[in-house]
Amino acid sequence: MTAPAAAPIEHPLLETRDLTRILPAVVPVTLVKDVSLRIGHSEFVAITGPSGSGKSSLLYLLGLLDRPTGGEVWISGTETDRLSSGELAHIRLEKIGFVFQFHFLLPEFTALENVMIPMQRLGKLPSREQHEHAEGLLAGLGLEDFLNRRPEQLSGGQRQRVAVARALANSPDLILADEPTGSLDSVATEQVFESLQKIVETQQTTIIAVTHDMDLANRMERRVHLVDGQIDYDRKQ
Amino acid sequence: MILLFRIAATHVRNRMRQTVVSTLGVALGVGFSVAMAGLMEGSQRDFMSTLIEAIPHVEIQDEQRAPALQPASERFDAVAFHGLRPKEDLRGIRNPTEALASLRDWVNGSMTQRLSGQAVLRYSGQDIGLTLTGVVPRDELDVSKIEDDMRQGSLKDLEVTSNGLVLGRKAAQRLGADVGDTVTLTSANGVAKRFKIVGLFHTGITASDEGFAYAPLKAVQILLEKPDIINSISIRLSDIGEANDVASRAERQLGYKAVSWEEANEGLMEAFFVRNVIMYTVVGAILVVAGFGIFNIVSTIVHEKAKDIAILKSLGFPETDIQQIFVLEGLVIGVLGAIAGSVLGFGLSSYLATVKFELTTDVEVTRLPIYFSVLHYAIACLLALFSSAIAGLIPARKAARLNPVDIIRGAT
Ligand SMILES: Nc1ncnc2c1ncn2[C@@H]1O[C@H](COP(=O)(O)OP(=O)(O)OP(=O)(O)O)[C@@H](O)[C@H]1O
Ligand SMILES: [Mg+2]
Repeated sequence: MTAPAAAPIEHPLLETRDLTRILPAVVPVTLVKDVSLRIGHSEFVAITGPSGSGKSSLLYLLGLLDRPTGGEVWISGTETDRLSSGELAHIRLEKIGFVFQFHFLLPEFTALENVMIPMQRLGKLPSREQHEHAEGLLAGLGLEDFLNRRPEQLSGGQRQRVAVARALANSPDLILADEPTGSLDSVATEQVFESLQKIVETQQTTIIAVTHDMDLANRMERRVHLVDGQIDYDRKQ
Repeated sequence: MILLFRIAATHVRNRMRQTVVSTLGVALGVGFSVAMAGLMEGSQRDFMSTLIEAIPHVEIQDEQRAPALQPASERFDAVAFHGLRPKEDLRGIRNPTEALASLRDWVNGSMTQRLSGQAVLRYSGQDIGLTLTGVVPRDELDVSKIEDDMRQGSLKDLEVTSNGLVLGRKAAQRLGADVGDTVTLTSANGVAKRFKIVGLFHTGITASDEGFAYAPLKAVQILLEKPDIINSISIRLSDIGEANDVASRAERQLGYKAVSWEEANEGLMEAFFVRNVIMYTVVGAILVVAGFGIFNIVSTIVHEKAKDIAILKSLGFPETDIQQIFVLEGLVIGVLGAIAGSVLGFGLSSYLATVKFELTTDVEVTRLPIYFSVLHYAIACLLALFSSAIAGLIPARKAARLNPVDIIRGAT
């Protein structure tokens, strides 16, 4: 492993070098182009940009859900290019949590079960502790009264908070959120945003959140602005 | 694994009606195959035991498998004969007493000697051709079942009446003869001898009821002018499994062709084999159809649950997990179907075993012979599980390869 060039962050949690994703087609579509980022632990980063600028595409690449056509993604000092799909899945399971714009919960399982599923798959905690941990996460997001409700019995904001709790289940180093408040009203938005902020403050977790909401983006400590799949600016605020 | 099974179970539960239908498909396949296998094997065993009762386990015949070697060829390899016409010879096994004694030394079972030949029976101006078999009644009773078919008199009566004759009842009816009547038998060489009817048999097989007769061996040897010659030895073994070994040893020892019941009924064995192949082909076809049902339902679930697959993948479930979930769904249906099918098959066989047929030709009541064997259930269930696993695997592989990004993009 070559040492990264001198940069403000010593041991980045996440680093990309000239990350590029081109969709092969008759007329190839460039989703992300030459994105180089270094993101450390406990950062709260906003990704902004006009619609169609490649924010979601970048997030999928950072979360190892999608594979780049050029450039590299490093996670905790590991280059991910040569990893098998099983190894990538394991990194996602252990180190990365996703929150999407619309809730992505398993409809047949209760809120508690949804939060427990990643823990059960990882199998690090004994099942009693999994249960307690999941309860604690949901309670921390104000959902202690909704543990045994299925997604269809919850409001949009509640579901989104369940999704946040699930993303936190295996105490990941990184949470990737794609417009987590995009489908919520201002009250619910505030609740979800505050819970995210609390996570960054209390746990050693980095959150990268795509948002259209300039107000929220301004409240985050760092902002990466994309235009046409390229970084327009990347600044601390 | 438990987690994957729980996820699979929720998917299957969501499509209850389709699951029930697919399960029924598998159950029918398993049930019918079990019942059919029971019936097939039952009838085969029934037939075989009747056959083994009826025929000798080993029969030594008065012929050789290869033409007799000339003494010169036996001694010198280079000697060969062509176009040789061997000396006319009386056909038959000579010195039967000696041959039987040497066999009795080591064969575990009973045996009887026979001399058969053609003769014409004349009574009250009518002639019929017969196959006349000379027997030693006491030995014959140990080996053949002819005594069971006696309608009048007994084979034992041949012991006390040196010119006694046991005749098929149909032949006797045709001639108008009855027990106690005296008839004349004439051999092909023109020798005539008077016999007294002491018994009548009825086997149900027309050819033997009309064309067979038994007489004491000595009397037949005189009639056919073959003193101290027989043309077959029939052996009934205590253990029929030894038949092939006994036959080949007897053949080596005596130099005459010895045929085991298995060799004699080779064609039949092949027919049974072919029948089993056909049966399992049909069973296989039923299970393939059931497999299509499973394929259909699992494919539907994969399609319906694309979003859940994307969720699981984004959570960090590897492709192998996704594949397992859907293979499990196929297997769940397969296992349920196999259990239901085994119950169905058992019920069906049990019912068939109680069905009675009244055959017009006979007073006896016949039942369908059903053979119950764990093996039938095991084979049918394994086939069902195998086909359901394959049927689940095809859509499962597709599910595992689904690209989560496409699905997430499509859903948001
Ligand atoms: N499968 C595809 N085929 C063709 N073009 C695509 C495909 N997926 C994405 N794109 C295009 O790639 C570009 C980037 O998409 P992306 O979803 O990353 O944008 P975004 O910044 O998240 O937009 P939004 O704010 O509207 O969510 C868009 O112009 C989009 O139309
Ligand atoms: Mg987007």
